[in-house]
Amino acid sequence: MPVLKPWIVRDYIKCSGCRLCEIACSLKKEGRIWPEASRIRVFMLIPGAEVPHVCTQCSNYPCVGSCPVKALSVDEKTGAVKVDDEKCIACGACIKACSGEVPHMHPEKNHIIICDLCDGEPECVKACSYGCISKGTRSSSINFDLYAIKPEELTKNLAINLYGEKGEELLK
Amino acid sequence: MTFGYTGKIAEVNLTTGKITDIQVDEKILKDYVGGRGLGVKILWDRLGAKWEQVDPLGSENLLLALTGPLTGYIFGMRICCTGKSPLSNGIVGSTAAGEFPMELKCAGYDGLIATGRAEKPVYILVTDDGVEIRDAAKLWGLDGKDTIKEVNKEVRELLKKRKPNYGLWKEPALLYIGPAGEKLVRNAAIMQKWTHACGYGGYGALMGSKNLKALVAKGTGKLPDVYNQKMLGELISKCWTAQFGEPQDRNWGTAAMGYSTGAQSSAEPVRNWQEEWHNEKSMGIVQYETRNWVKRYWSDYGCCKSCMKLSVVKSGPLKGAITDSPDYELEAYCGTNLGIFDPDGVVYMAGLIDDLGMSGINTANTMAYAAELFQRGILTKEDFNGIEPKWGDPIAMTALAKMIINRKGIGDVLAEGTYRAAVKISKMKNVDALQYAVQYKGIEVGAHGIRTGSHFPYLGYALSVQGGDHTSIPRPPMSEARSTIGDSLVVCTISSPPGLRNIEWEFFKAVTGWDMTAEEWTNVNGKRIIQIQRAALLLGGPDLFWEPDIHDDNPPRWYTPLPSGPYKNAAPNRDQLMMERKNVYSLMGWDEKGIPTSEDLRLLGLEDVDKVLQKLRN
Repeated sequence: MPVLKPWIVRDYIKCSGCRLCEIACSLKKEGRIWPEASRIRVFMLIPGAEVPHVCTQCSNYPCVGSCPVKALSVDEKTGAVKVDDEKCIACGACIKACSGEVPHMHPEKNHIIICDLCDGEPECVKACSYGCISKGTRSSSINFDLYAIKPEELTKNLAINLYGEKGEELLK
Repeated sequence: MTFGYTGKIAEVNLTTGKITDIQVDEKILKDYVGGRGLGVKILWDRLGAKWEQVDPLGSENLLLALTGPLTGYIFGMRICCTGKSPLSNGIVGSTAAGEFPMELKCAGYDGLIATGRAEKPVYILVTDDGVEIRDAAKLWGLDGKDTIKEVNKEVRELLKKRKPNYGLWKEPALLYIGPAGEKLVRNAAIMQKWTHACGYGGYGALMGSKNLKALVAKGTGKLPDVYNQKMLGELISKCWTAQFGEPQDRNWGTAAMGYSTGAQSSAEPVRNWQEEWHNEKSMGIVQYETRNWVKRYWSDYGCCKSCMKLSVVKSGPLKGAITDSPDYELEAYCGTNLGIFDPDGVVYMAGLIDDLGMSGINTANTMAYAAELFQRGILTKEDFNGIEPKWGDPIAMTALAKMIINRKGIGDVLAEGTYRAAVKISKMKNVDALQYAVQYKGIEVGAHGIRTGSHFPYLGYALSVQGGDHTSIPRPPMSEARSTIGDSLVVCTISSPPGLRNIEWEFFKAVTGWDMTAEEWTNVNGKRIIQIQRAALLLGGPDLFWEPDIHDDNPPRWYTPLPSGPYKNAAPNRDQLMMERKNVYSLMGWDEKGIPTSEDLRLLGLEDVDKVLQKLRN
């Protein structure tokens, strides 16, 4: 049996909007609370329809392919995208290449930030007590690429799921 | 280095358009901390000497929206709005949960002060690039849901244009008013998200009087440096572990009280407090959780408690309504107190009142007051322009709410809040309409009755510096100071994890490095805030002045024996309470007239307050 790579399992409808995942991530990566420096960001485009937005590790890594300076690479063990902060020129090509526009710039430094799965033990999932995000594996029967999706699109779905027809009006 | 603070507050003069960064002296921060405390200090320094002349809805009043040093670090952060209250003519620290304080901090500000009055509707935008005043013409008139939708769209587009390479921009956070604030409904709220209200104090009207539709913030910065990051990390982890280990603790929030406070405690408002007991099993939490809740756990940034739940009406004539839980206060005020006992009706009313930017406690209190006057024939169908505000009818109550925000018919009088409306209606109809008004010094009371003697203290509201505010009442040893710490730090008092009730002091130490104990706060810092608030309340004006002898008292309704339930016939004895009041005055550092004593004020370093109060002592 091959060892399956880790994945952050998402059950979007369960997101409470507490953002403890953002706190946990920024504490780990930046040593302090810094929501916009978190590698996972919760979008609340409609109250109640909160969407945790984080890298899904696409099978073909369009972000890695798009990088003009080869600052992005794939971690062999976890499959996570690794950013070479020194090499990155903050051009934003990887953001455009990602169908979910998941990567975003570090708010202070001149490089992109992307979830690195904390080397296989994501800190964010430990902070989620609602089962919205949890640690799982990449089984072969699922197409994980489809999770590279913009929060706007998921917000629409969630709003309708939660609010029914009223949800349609809320994102017009 | 002052840890936990960004070190600047933006002051926006809406008359001139001038924007200034102001710095607050570290000594003042140490003494007053933030939120309510700091707001009280700033207000007093600027307006104290001429307090009675300042019209709360005039351009000389200030609107303050302040964070505290623990904003973003501790579970359950809130924003504190304050100013001279259009309802009490004193000062109320009015708080609401949400992401605004976090965004403000991340944009580099500890708070905002708005002065003057804009000529046309505007909103204030705070980003990494600073503070700007923007046109709000197309936002004016919008309800809460549309306001958030439009501002999100506009600001996200703007930020994308300014920093196209950043990646996706998250939504900004808003403090805004609905139509109620725009129309200067005196008990209108300042709202956050869809449903979170700075309700007490009437600051929605203050914002409206400045032509200020919203304060909007989106920052990308880090929170300020803290004194001891390691200690802070351990505290956060301790809180999460404690909360995650007790899942049942966050199952219901306060929403389960909608049945029990009535059925068991006999302290829930029913039909404008004519009763405080009901046994309506339809109000049981099991009904809401199975019929209306679409999210059992709904939080604001950093809160591990999730006392809010998300509710929707899924079918029937009220279909499409959305609100949070409703929490206990709104179950009571938008439910039982309007005679509405079915979950769909309560969710609908709470959602409607929030959408309109009314205060779910305060404006809803006024609505029930109007419904009782209708029940008694004091106000008639003609006064209500043909509608009949009957108990339990959400559609008629909707029409009433709209009359108030549009200031049509009797709605124009009711828009002045319960107390002022009662005074006016008494004159109009030549009756004593004040006897049915359940309020304290202009502030409509929270949904916690006193008549049983066991739920809330008999003299709590009567002696509170925030009138009917159920979150700020003196408790033994007859001090209201304890409530000021939560509002000054500005943290939620119910979101602390199980077993960690006083942990905010440890957070305070870890973040600021300052030593402070609950006892010290109660005796000095908190007391100072209370004495200034008491002074402002007694000075009052210009349209109303409170006399302690008359107004440090319960409304007549609460001396009327309870008509039903297990506490039938219970009511406080007024003569006894008035005797007791004298003793409590002295415990609070007030003289026999209820005025803070020179001795106490001088001990607290409040010589300036003492000087101004001299005119009341003669």
